[in-house]
Amino acid sequence: MSFLTPQRAAIAAALLLLVTLPIWVGNPYYINVASQILFFAVFALGLNVIVGYGGLVSLGHAGLAAIAGYTAALMLAAGHGHFISDFAAILVTLAASAVFAVLSLRGTGIGFLMITLAIGQIIWGILYRWSSLTNGDNGVNVSGRPAPFGISLASADSFYYATLLVFLAAVATMAVFFRSPFGASLRGTRDQARRMTALGYNVWLIRFLAILISGFWSGVAGLLFIYYNQFISPQVATLTASAEVLLMVISGGTATLLGPIAGAAIVVIMKNVVSAYIVRWNLVLGVIFVLIITFMPEGLVPGSVRLWRTAWRKLSRRDGVIPAKTEPTP
Amino acid sequence: MSALTVTGLCKAFGGLQVTSNVNLNVEPGERRLIIGPNGAGKTTLFNLITGEITPDSGSVHLFGHDITKTPSRRRPHLGMARTYQIITLFSLDTILRNVTLALLGLSPLRWNPLIDLDQQHDLVEHAHAALVRVGLDHIAARPLAQTSYGERRRVEIAMALAQNPKVLLLDEPFAGLSIDERRDVQKCLLAIPRDVTIVMIEHNMDVALEFAEHITLLHFGEVIVEGNRAEVVDNPRTREVYLGH
Repeated sequence: MSFLTPQRAAIAAALLLLVTLPIWVGNPYYINVASQILFFAVFALGLNVIVGYGGLVSLGHAGLAAIAGYTAALMLAAGHGHFISDFAAILVTLAASAVFAVLSLRGTGIGFLMITLAIGQIIWGILYRWSSLTNGDNGVNVSGRPAPFGISLASADSFYYATLLVFLAAVATMAVFFRSPFGASLRGTRDQARRMTALGYNVWLIRFLAILISGFWSGVAGLLFIYYNQFISPQVATLTASAEVLLMVISGGTATLLGPIAGAAIVVIMKNVVSAYIVRWNLVLGVIFVLIITFMPEGLVPGSVRLWRTAWRKLSRRDGVIPAKTEPTP
Repeated sequence: MSALTVTGLCKAFGGLQVTSNVNLNVEPGERRLIIGPNGAGKTTLFNLITGEITPDSGSVHLFGHDITKTPSRRRPHLGMARTYQIITLFSLDTILRNVTLALLGLSPLRWNPLIDLDQQHDLVEHAHAALVRVGLDHIAARPLAQTSYGERRRVEIAMALAQNPKVLLLDEPFAGLSIDERRDVQKCLLAIPRDVTIVMIEHNMDVALEFAEHITLLHFGEVIVEGNRAEVVDNPRTREVYLGH
C-alpha cells in the first residue's frame, strides 16, 4: 500500500493550509476570524460527541462553556495565574458537566433537550442576576492573554497558532475517540439503547462519560473564547449561543469529524465577514440552513460526499469507466 | 442445580395481570419451549427473566444465584443472553461490527477511548468465529442494511452466541422466515452445544417441536400445562387453548 493515500494527502494539504494561513491571509482581522472558527470548531466537536455519537441533543452547552470562562475570568481578576485559573476552570466545568449529566439523563429525546435547555437558562440567569459575583450584564474583563513558555499570545498570529494547536489536539482526540471501543459503545447507545443494555453495557454511565468529555471540550472552547475577547458576559450562556453551536453541528453533519468544523466555519464567516457586506446576514444564514436541510439533510459534509459520489458514478457510467452496477443489490 | 429457576413470578401492568405465579425449572443443557396464544405473557416472561422489567413478586435464579434484583445490564456478564422477537440490531453498522459490539459488551475494553476497535484482533477473530457458527462469515463486512430478514435473524443469534452464554433465551427466532431461511436458522440452533441451556418462545410448531424436549404452555400469564413434548401435545388443554382441535 502506498504511503501517500488520497486521505493522507488531503490531511497534509489541510495542515499546510492551516499552518501557513497567517502568511497568505495577512490581514489580522481575518486571522482573528480564523481563530474564532477554530475555537468554535472545538466547541462544536465537543457537542458532536453527545449530539452526533450519543444521539442526545443539548441546548444548554453554552452554559458549560460560560462556566469555564467565568471561572477563569474571576480567578484571574482575583489575582491568580493563568495556569491555575485555567486548570480550575476545567475542573469546575467537569464538575458542572457531571451535575448537568445527572439531571439531564433523567430524560431522553425531547425530555433530554428540554432539561438541558432549562439548565442552560438557569446558568444564564445566575450569571445575569448574581451581580456581586459575576458583575451581571457588565461582565468580567480579562486582563491579558497567557504567555506559555514565554511566548506572548497578544498578537493575532500567535493567538491563532495557540488556538490551532488546541484545535488539532481536539481533532486528533476525536478521531481516536470515534474509532475506539468507547466511541462504538456510545454510538450503540444512540442506535439501540435497549439492545446495548441486553448486551451488558451500562448505557447511563456511557452517556454520563460522554457528557463529561463533551463538557471538557466546551470548557476548553470557553477558555479560548475569553482569551480571544478578553471579556465575558452572560451573553455567552444564552439560548441563542447554545442553538448556534448546535446548528454548527447539525448543518455540518452530525457524527462526522469534519461536519462540526465546516458548520463552525459557515456560522463564523457569516457573522464576521458576510455581515460586513449584507445587513440581513441572518436571513442569508437562515437560507443556507434551509438549503442544507432540504438538499443535504444529513449535513453539509456527508451530503457533499454523497452528491460527489453520485456525480462521479454518473460521469463514470457515461464515459464507460465503470459498469452500471458494481455489485448485485441484495 | 437448575440452570434457570423462576419462582412465583408475578407482574401486572395496571389492572392487567400479565404473569401470574409463574414457576419454571430449566435443567442445564435442556431445550425448553414456551408456547401460548398471543398475549399469553411469553415475551413479558422473557423480559422479567432478563431484568428488562422488574417483577412485582417472585424470584429468578441463574445456576442457584438469585438474580431477581441484579440489573439487566449485569445479567449478560453472568451468562444470560437473549434475542428479540422484533429484530433489534445496529442497522448503520456491518454484520461484523454488530457481533463485535456483542463481544465488547462483556469486555473491559468497552470503556477504552484511546485504542482502535478495528485493531483489536482478538475481538474481531471471535466475532468471525461466531459468524462462522451461523454461516454468515462470508458476508461479515456487509452493511446490515443490505442483508435479508433471515440473515438478520442469524446475526441476532450470532450476537447471543458470541457472548458464550450459559442460558440462551430465544424469542421467536423463526418468526417471519421463509422455508429456506427457517432451515438455515434451525441448522444454527441444532448446532449449539449442550453446555448452553436454551429457552425458546416459538409459534411455528413444526420446527419448534423438533427442537424442544420440554414444553411450557402459558395462558393469560399462567402456566397451564408443562411436561415433555408428547405429554404437552396430547394434553386436551393444549389443544383447547393453543393447537386447536
